[in-house]
Amino acid sequence: MLNKLIFANLTHRPVRTLLSVLAIAVEVTMILTLVGVSHGTLDSTKDRAKSVGADIMVRPEGSSVMSSLNSAPMSDKYLGLAMQQPHVVAVTGTVVFATTFPDSITGLDFAAFKNMSGGFRYIKGGDPVNTDDMVVDENYAQQHHLHIGSKIKLLAHMWNISGIAEGGKLARVCVKLKTLQDLQGTPGHLSLIWVKLDDSNLADQVAEQLKGALNDSQIYSINELMDAYSISNVGMLKDFIWVVIAVATIVGFIVVFMAMYTAVLERTREIGIIKAVGGSSGLVLSILLRETLLLAILGTMVGILFTYGTQWLMKHSVPASLVQETVYIWWLYAGGIAIVGAMLGAIVPGMKAVQQDVTEALSYE
Amino acid sequence: MNEGTVVAEAMGAKTGSGEPMIRVRGLTKVYHVGDVEVNALRGVDLEVARGEFVAIVGASGSGKSTLFHILGGLTPPTAGTVVIDGKDLGGMSNQQRTNLRKTTVGFVFQKYNLLPTLSAEDNIKIVEYIGGRSTSFTPEFEEVLKLLGILDRMKHKPRALSGGQQQRVAIARGIVNKPAILLADEPTGNLDSQNSAAVLGVIKDLNQRTGQTILMITHDPEAAAYASRTVHIRDGRIV
Repeated sequence: MLNKLIFANLTHRPVRTLLSVLAIAVEVTMILTLVGVSHGTLDSTKDRAKSVGADIMVRPEGSSVMSSLNSAPMSDKYLGLAMQQPHVVAVTGTVVFATTFPDSITGLDFAAFKNMSGGFRYIKGGDPVNTDDMVVDENYAQQHHLHIGSKIKLLAHMWNISGIAEGGKLARVCVKLKTLQDLQGTPGHLSLIWVKLDDSNLADQVAEQLKGALNDSQIYSINELMDAYSISNVGMLKDFIWVVIAVATIVGFIVVFMAMYTAVLERTREIGIIKAVGGSSGLVLSILLRETLLLAILGTMVGILFTYGTQWLMKHSVPASLVQETVYIWWLYAGGIAIVGAMLGAIVPGMKAVQQDVTEALSYE
Repeated sequence: MNEGTVVAEAMGAKTGSGEPMIRVRGLTKVYHVGDVEVNALRGVDLEVARGEFVAIVGASGSGKSTLFHILGGLTPPTAGTVVIDGKDLGGMSNQQRTNLRKTTVGFVFQKYNLLPTLSAEDNIKIVEYIGGRSTSFTPEFEEVLKLLGILDRMKHKPRALSGGQQQRVAIARGIVNKPAILLADEPTGNLDSQNSAAVLGVIKDLNQRTGQTILMITHDPEAAAYASRTVHIRDGRIV
C-alpha cells in the first residue's frame, strides 16, 4: 500500500521526478565515464605495450612507468650491450615524442620491430618506405579522417600516410626511427628499449643483469610493467577521480534536497492527513526516504544507460584519444554514492516533515 | 437479525457498557500566540454515551475546533481530564496520541482531506494499512460503502468526485478501522444544501444502523438538528 502511495507521489509531479532522476543520472554518468576512461586509457596502453612481444622494457634514468616520454636520453649503444646478455634473442629501440595531448609519435626500426612482434597487421598500405612516411592505427585514422596518401602535420613536419594498421600494437602513430631522431635532434639516442628473451620466465633474472650493464636505467620485466599500469599509481588521476566523485555527490545531494524540500512544502497538508489518521513520524520519514531511494535507483539505472551513450560518443568521435571501458564493479560504487548522496539530501526535508504540527498542516493552504 | 445489526457488528460497535465513550472534566487549553495567551477552552465538562450522536454547536472562535483537536489527540490539553473509550489522554506522549488516532478515533474534516494522488479506494485502504489491518474490504464494509452510496466510485481520484462524494469517502475512511468515536469537524461546511442534507443523512443513518459514536462540530443549527443531542459551546465553555 505504501509503495502505491510512493509511486503515486512520484507520478503526480512527473517533471520534478524526471529532473531529479536526470540529475542523479548525470551524477552517475560523470563518475562512470571518468572511471571508464581512466581504466580504458590505462588498459589500452597496457595492451599496446604487451603486444610488442618483449619480456623487458628499459626506460631512461629518473623516469617512472607512468610518466609520459618526451625525450630520448639513452644511447643506442645500449642495444648492443643488451644483446650481449645471456638469454636475450632480440632488442629494439624506440623514440617517443608528445604531439597534442594525449597523443604522441613513435619512431621505430620497423624491421627489428617485426622481428620481435611480428609487425603491424595492415588494413591498408604497409611499412614506411620514404623518410616522411607514417603509419597510423585505424582509430587515429578514423579520428583524424586519414587515408593512404593523406598528409598530416605533426611536430612541425609534414608526413605522408603510408599505412593504416589494426589498433592495439605499440603506438597509434609510428614513423621511421632515424627520421624522428633527426627531426628532434637526438640522433643515436632512444626513449625506450624493448628486450625479448628465449625464456620469458627468466625476465626478472635478466632484468637484474641489465641493471648492471645499462647504468642507472629503469628496467622492468613486462609483468612488473603490467602490474604498474594501474590507477593507484597515477596520483593525480586518483585525486581527480575523488574530486569528481565529491562534486557529483554534492550535485546529487543538492538536487534531491531541493526536490524533496519542495515536495514536503507542497505536501504539507497531505503529511498532516497521514499523521491525523495515525501515521507515525517514522512512517512519514519512511515515505520520503523510500521515494528518494526510488529516485536514486532510477537515476543510477538511467546513468548507466547514459554511460553507454558517452562510450559510443567517444568511440565514434575521439577513438584514438579516449578509450572508455565499462567497469562493472563501479556500477555498484556509483549507485551507492548516488543513493548515499540522495539520502543525505532527503534528511533535512524529512525532518521538516516529521516535525510538522498536525493541526497546522491540516489548515495549510 | 436486521440489516442495521449486521452492519453494526461488522463495524465492531461496542454497545451495552455503562461507561461513557467520552468523558471530559475541567478541560482547559491555553495557546500562546507570540506573547499573548489565548484561553481557547476554560473548563469544559462533557460526557458522550456509547452509540450517541452529539453535535457541538458554537460560533467561530468559541473553542469548538480546539475541543475537536484535543478529543482527536491532535493536540494535547493544558489541564483537565479527557478519557476516550477508557483511555486517559492526559499526559499522553506524541507517540501515544498517534496510536490513539490509529485505533480509537476516526476523523471527518470540513475540507475532506483526501490524499489527491490516491483513488477513493486507496484513500480508505491506506488508513487500514496504517492501522495495521488487512487492506482488502470485507463484504460487510462493502455494505457500508453501499450505504454511503460510493461503492461504484472507489476507483476514482478525489478530483473526479463531487464534494458530497468526497465527504462520503472521508466518512468511510473515518470508520474503516472501527474507531470508538467518529469526530466530524464541520462536515458540511464546504457543501451545498443538497449535498449537506445527503451527507448529514448518511452520518445519522450510520449512527442508527451501526451504533457508531459520533461527535460532530458545527456552527449550523440545521446540521446539528440531525444529531440526537446538541451541546452549545461559547467562549471556551459548554453552556
